[in-house]
Amino acid sequence: MQNLTLTNKLSNFIVNWVFLMLVWIAFTSSFATHELIVGALTTMVISYLSIRLFTCCTILIFCPVKIMYMIWYLVVFLIALINSNLDVARRVLSPALPINPGIVKFKTKLTTNYSKMVLANSITLTPGTLTVDVVDDTFYVHWIDVKTTNPEEAYTEIAERFEKILLKIF
Amino acid sequence: MSLFEIIGGLFIVLGSIFLFLGGLGIFRMPDVYNRLQAGTKATTLGAMSVIFGVGIIQLENDWTWLLKAMIILIFIAFSNPISSHALARAMCKGKAYPFIKSKDKDINAYKEFIDNQKMEEE
Repeated sequence: MQNLTLTNKLSNFIVNWVFLMLVWIAFTSSFATHELIVGALTTMVISYLSIRLFTCCTILIFCPVKIMYMIWYLVVFLIALINSNLDVARRVLSPALPINPGIVKFKTKLTTNYSKMVLANSITLTPGTLTVDVVDDTFYVHWIDVKTTNPEEAYTEIAERFEKILLKIF
Repeated sequence: MSLFEIIGGLFIVLGSIFLFLGGLGIFRMPDVYNRLQAGTKATTLGAMSVIFGVGIIQLENDWTWLLKAMIILIFIAFSNPISSHALARAMCKGKAYPFIKSKDKDINAYKEFIDNQKMEEE
């Protein structure tokens, strides 16, 4: 249980509130005014009580530069997702099945658990790679077309473009 | 047919093409990891595209459909890679080593980790 500053607490509170409100809307599936008011009150109480529990979002949402980087990350991620689908389509449809699979490892510079989770998820959805396991700061990645087994080169090929942005967000 | 129906229909057709390719990939790939690769990527974009298309078609009657569709999209984008990661990890721990085409023996980095862990336990 770490000591949080006031700004951290406030940003945790707001992020929890927004997220719980989305869950509320998803489950009630209604936009009637009375539903929304009850939902807002309930989720406000819950997020106030759970400030110290859900500390995943110690991102300071009051820092506009970080929000800009989050939006930029989303754009990079969506482009990679579409690219990976075209890649899978190309491999599946070609008669020779051009694959050279294997598991490679590399080290990451990220420190917090949540940023590692985001990186692992992004790696899974980018062209030709699938995260098998994360042990401390080592990523084990299944690569459908292994170009190199050297950890540093694998890092530049797979993770660098995401990690550059993630280091600035977290 | 309204404009919304045409755009939404295009998204649904695109998504179903991706889902079909994912199914074909599961059929053609040689081992569990490659099947997961094809399955995860194609089904993520396929399902996202289909749900987004449904949201767009309903846009002229009820705009809240699109918002709910976006919430579902966020949950799919988070849960799909996590489930495939769990499956891949379980297969690795269960010693289903990947199909390796090249002669390079170094290519399974995860095997060393499991062996080291076993030796420490013993």
